[in-house]
Amino acid sequence: MMGEPLSDYKAPVQVHFSPYEFNGGTILAIAGEDYALIATDTRLSQGFSIHSRESPKTYPLSEKTVLGCCGFHGDVLTLTKVLGARLQIFEKDHNKPMPTPSVAAMLSTILYYRRFFPYYTHNLVVGLDEEGKGCVYSFDPVGSYEREFYRAKGSASAMLQPLLDNQLGGKNQQGVERQAMPLKQCVAMVKDVFTSAAERDIYTGDSIIISVVTKEGTKSEQFPLRKD
Amino acid sequence: MASSSMFGPNNPGAFWTGGPAPGQFYNFPGSQSTSAQNSSQRTLYPVVTGTSVLGVQFEGGVVMAADMLGSYGSLARFRDCPRLLKVNDTTVLGAAGDYADFQYLSNVIQQQVIDEECLNDGFGYTPKSLHCWLTRVLYNRRSQFNPLWNTYIVAGIDDEKPFLGYVDKIGMAYEAPSLACGFGAYLALPIIRDAMEKNPTMTQDEAVALIDRCMKLLFYRDARSLNKYQVAVITKAGVDIRGPIKSETNWEVAHMIKGYE
Repeated sequence: MMGEPLSDYKAPVQVHFSPYEFNGGTILAIAGEDYALIATDTRLSQGFSIHSRESPKTYPLSEKTVLGCCGFHGDVLTLTKVLGARLQIFEKDHNKPMPTPSVAAMLSTILYYRRFFPYYTHNLVVGLDEEGKGCVYSFDPVGSYEREFYRAKGSASAMLQPLLDNQLGGKNQQGVERQAMPLKQCVAMVKDVFTSAAERDIYTGDSIIISVVTKEGTKSEQFPLRKD
Repeated sequence: MASSSMFGPNNPGAFWTGGPAPGQFYNFPGSQSTSAQNSSQRTLYPVVTGTSVLGVQFEGGVVMAADMLGSYGSLARFRDCPRLLKVNDTTVLGAAGDYADFQYLSNVIQQQVIDEECLNDGFGYTPKSLHCWLTRVLYNRRSQFNPLWNTYIVAGIDDEKPFLGYVDKIGMAYEAPSLACGFGAYLALPIIRDAMEKNPTMTQDEAVALIDRCMKLLFYRDARSLNKYQVAVITKAGVDIRGPIKSETNWEVAHMIKGYE
């Protein structure tokens, strides 16, 4: 009848400890000729719960550098604290803010330092390079990075990236020359892709904050998304 | 103890019961080389636990509530466990999860408050600074795989403005105008958010009434809760911890519930 005596009797299920959690969030960055744009949604979730509807995942590091950081929020908090401290030390040492390409290089080493207990974060660094051109650096959680023209990261990245490939990269089209998109059109497209992502991804929603870095500094605008 | 060894898949088995196989090391019984001693001081699961903590901001202050039950698994073991700690005249800490870990951290915080007071420089914990400090402590402990098994909610007045902050055992933290943890996040928080959306300028009395309603609801529906709770009200005037409070319940329809016998 029964395979094992008392096989229906089991000890209570024990909770086990996991040092990571996925808190959702999507970030998206685009490099223009003389600007760089980064957008983030403002939802912070865990499983089927929404912790906060006002938690943007972009962090201004200096006047001309913005970090996008999402994944496990505990690591995000720690990483942004470490970065902030390192940038402050640099500024005191050299009497100037750290240039964006250097921030990217430093972030790579900070991430790799934790190679065997990684920060579970997806990162984008945007800003202007030494020539004043918009730049986007994208990272994996353990520090591998490259400079790109556009990149989506986080929970809805798989929905945003193919659309960016098509619209900005001119991919999967015939007889199309890739050309730079004007800022206004870029902002409109970002609103559209996030609105679509919020329809399908439960970890993206509530609102987006779009920050644009130009040589004048950083300007941000907010745009509502669905809240359910 | 048949494991693959240098003898390949046809390994001959242990030399004697409980002994080593050829090519394996043997640990003498009672020797110090077992790994059990290293893990003994780690909270890898909670023991005596507290359930939900609720927090709401209102015009000029914050209300926070937690019941007084210390559960031992599903056993309602201790029925007089305060889970709200008054840190100073502007700050209150509420805790869910392992009660021993909360008591340990309470002692650390209370000693820090005394040390700060001795300096007599007018500085002390603000809700924001306590929240930030908790974030670092809990993140550090999780990184050492030795977590404090708690979710903390910090409530208070910071710079004349109401403050509510959340930190959990892995260092995940944020601030929000209304907070709940445990079952409260599923049962009470939707009600609190709805009430705050309909009435963005809530008064103290309205906020306390809302919290009372939510604590009653949690007693009805959360099997790890108790009809005996404390409420902390933090305003410019200071901290007022009320209770133990008992909510008026009505079980008239309970006899009609069938099918769970």
